[in-house]
Amino acid sequence: MSTKQITGAEIFLECLKKEKVDTLFCYPGGVVLKIFDVLYDQKDIRMILPRHEQGGVHMADGYARSTGKVGVALVTSGPGATNVVTALATAYMDSIPIVVFTGQVPTALIGNDAFQEADIVGITRPCTKYNFLVKDVNELAKTVKEAFYLASTGRPGPVLVDLPRDVVTNRAEFHYPDKVEIRSYNPTVTGNKWQIKQAAEAIAKAKKPVAYIGGGVILSNAAPEILEFAEITKIPVTHTLMGIGGFPGTHPLSLGMLGMHGTYYANMAIHNSDLIVAIGARFDDRVTGKVEGFAPEAKIIHIDVDPTSIRKNVRVDIPIVGDVKHVMVDLNKELHHIKEPWEAIRKSWLKQIEAWREERPLTYEYADDVIKPQFVVEKLYEITGGDAIIVTDVGQHQMWAAQYYKFDKPRNWLSSGGLGTMGYGFPAAIGAKVAHPDRNVFSISGDGSIQMNIQELATTVENNIPVKVVILNNRYLGMVRQWQELFYSERYSSVDLGSTPDFVKLAEAYGAVGLRAVKPVEVVPVLKEALKVKRTVFMDFVTARYEKVFPMVPAGAAINEMIFGEEKKKEVKKLKVVK
Amino acid sequence: MKHIISVLVENKFGVLSRVSGLFSGRGFNIETISIGPTLDPTISQMTIETTGDERILEQIIKQLNKLIDVIKVTDLAEKEYVEREMCLIKVNAPTEHRAEALRIADIFRARVVDSTQKTYTFQVTGDEKKLEAFIELLRPIGIKEIVRTGKVAITRE
Repeated sequence: MSTKQITGAEIFLECLKKEKVDTLFCYPGGVVLKIFDVLYDQKDIRMILPRHEQGGVHMADGYARSTGKVGVALVTSGPGATNVVTALATAYMDSIPIVVFTGQVPTALIGNDAFQEADIVGITRPCTKYNFLVKDVNELAKTVKEAFYLASTGRPGPVLVDLPRDVVTNRAEFHYPDKVEIRSYNPTVTGNKWQIKQAAEAIAKAKKPVAYIGGGVILSNAAPEILEFAEITKIPVTHTLMGIGGFPGTHPLSLGMLGMHGTYYANMAIHNSDLIVAIGARFDDRVTGKVEGFAPEAKIIHIDVDPTSIRKNVRVDIPIVGDVKHVMVDLNKELHHIKEPWEAIRKSWLKQIEAWREERPLTYEYADDVIKPQFVVEKLYEITGGDAIIVTDVGQHQMWAAQYYKFDKPRNWLSSGGLGTMGYGFPAAIGAKVAHPDRNVFSISGDGSIQMNIQELATTVENNIPVKVVILNNRYLGMVRQWQELFYSERYSSVDLGSTPDFVKLAEAYGAVGLRAVKPVEVVPVLKEALKVKRTVFMDFVTARYEKVFPMVPAGAAINEMIFGEEKKKEVKKLKVVK
Repeated sequence: MKHIISVLVENKFGVLSRVSGLFSGRGFNIETISIGPTLDPTISQMTIETTGDERILEQIIKQLNKLIDVIKVTDLAEKEYVEREMCLIKVNAPTEHRAEALRIADIFRARVVDSTQKTYTFQVTGDEKKLEAFIELLRPIGIKEIVRTGKVAITRE
């Protein structure tokens, strides 16, 4: 026999090398000891030890979103595995390619309620694109290959591979397959030519078209094609939360975000349009509002790699199944052939949109005596020149970040859109920083969200991964409070975070830097200082407690039924500064 | 509206759970489901009877197709097909009803597969209407237990 037999743990390592994995977010435990022992000797893969498995998988997610590569994590069985469920569901909802390896009790003990046993394949079936239980070391290499292939192709998503202890200790020859053949899995890449032609004609005929782009544009790296598309056809472009950066936010044709906290002009444009070109977006309820009232006049072209997204929530007139980039290349070719005087035929529509833009621009009321959260985001945008990687948690701060930071490039905005996972931001920012050591990575967070994975401060300090954390601290679970104020008669049930810790001291306790701003004049100096420091910084911005996110489409309303918050102005007075 | 969907899947552990999880997770109905091997031992055949309007059915078929282990999905409503279901029915059969029970069984070409002094167990095969009619006629005699296979269906050439 020519090839030598190696252990499953060594095969695992060889597979990661074949996949060119450079970073592994990994937390050890009983059944994966053998793997960690093998990893101890190697130098090819950087191992990052998070302080909680959920944080570790969010890091892999942030790594994946910011690079487009597959993020990889390894955890132990039982609680190690169940701790990653939220992070998997987060990646699943946003179609993020990650591969998570979990340890498992030895195959002979599976089903015996063994120590640290959990049926993680059963538990994660609905929140992974696919998952595997490897039962034989001879299957290991092929399974890993398939896992990476599934995670990164078609509509991407998280894949979990469960590794029983005996599989990683048993021996086999290592053969890494060159190619994957899964007979039941053949995602459509190229769009139907005839449908694309139909779409091009509809775009040329439309009087009031809008392009509505989502996360699929980012995932398929189609931003250049979207820009070309918009500039050929002079079509205004609105984006979802996931589509931020898919089209330059500073471009005159950009309408900003649509939906529940979208701009007035984006929502009005969609509502009044006669053609919507949906590209890599899925008509989520936060986008459509009341479906029956959504864009009543519009024909809909829907381009998506996943056929289930099409006609799931809204009627579609021209469906095109295919990878966004491929379809857009073909569509642009088709559009180049159409000799329309694009400028002229769009003139009155764009004029109307400009009128809406002037009527109700995205705005807030500045205050001298208290920090408005939007002001912090605006200043951050100015100071970073719009060139930082911005990672958010979930809530009001997320919406303000989406509204007031302008993104001209893809993969600079990382946020949990679908699942809305509080606690995502900080670890995801760490993952992004690991992948981009030379770039500025800011995590914008609230005082609620940051406490949901704050233990990762230790990870950044220990591994010297300097992430800059902006905490918009209103001592409230702000978004829930906003809903309670508007829709529950100001009955603030379980939202007051009065005993929020001193984030400055907390950061210092972990060996990071803590800064605080209480007055608006302190905002810029704090941001500048944070930018200068080469360590992880927590910036505690004590902000207006009662500030709300506007515009807002109330739940159950159509997207043209926005409220703007001019009704109440007691916010500033009610503020009490803590500590 | 009722639909019968024929699904070819990889014959692997966990596939049934993926399919049933899809239905429960998305709020689709499974009226009946039956699974068995095909000529190719690596492939299993599922026959799923479900209900829903056109839009729901489109989603069911797309979502099934999206499952990695699903090889082929056929909505039989778009084709000519024959469906069959088998049913085992245990009825009370005291002396005074034995002849009656057998007469009904004879009409439906049901076979007696088990017999005791007080009961008969019939095996009957057919489409849903036939089975329902058979059950209705036996009901006055007294049905003790019914076990049904769920439907299987095959397209016609």
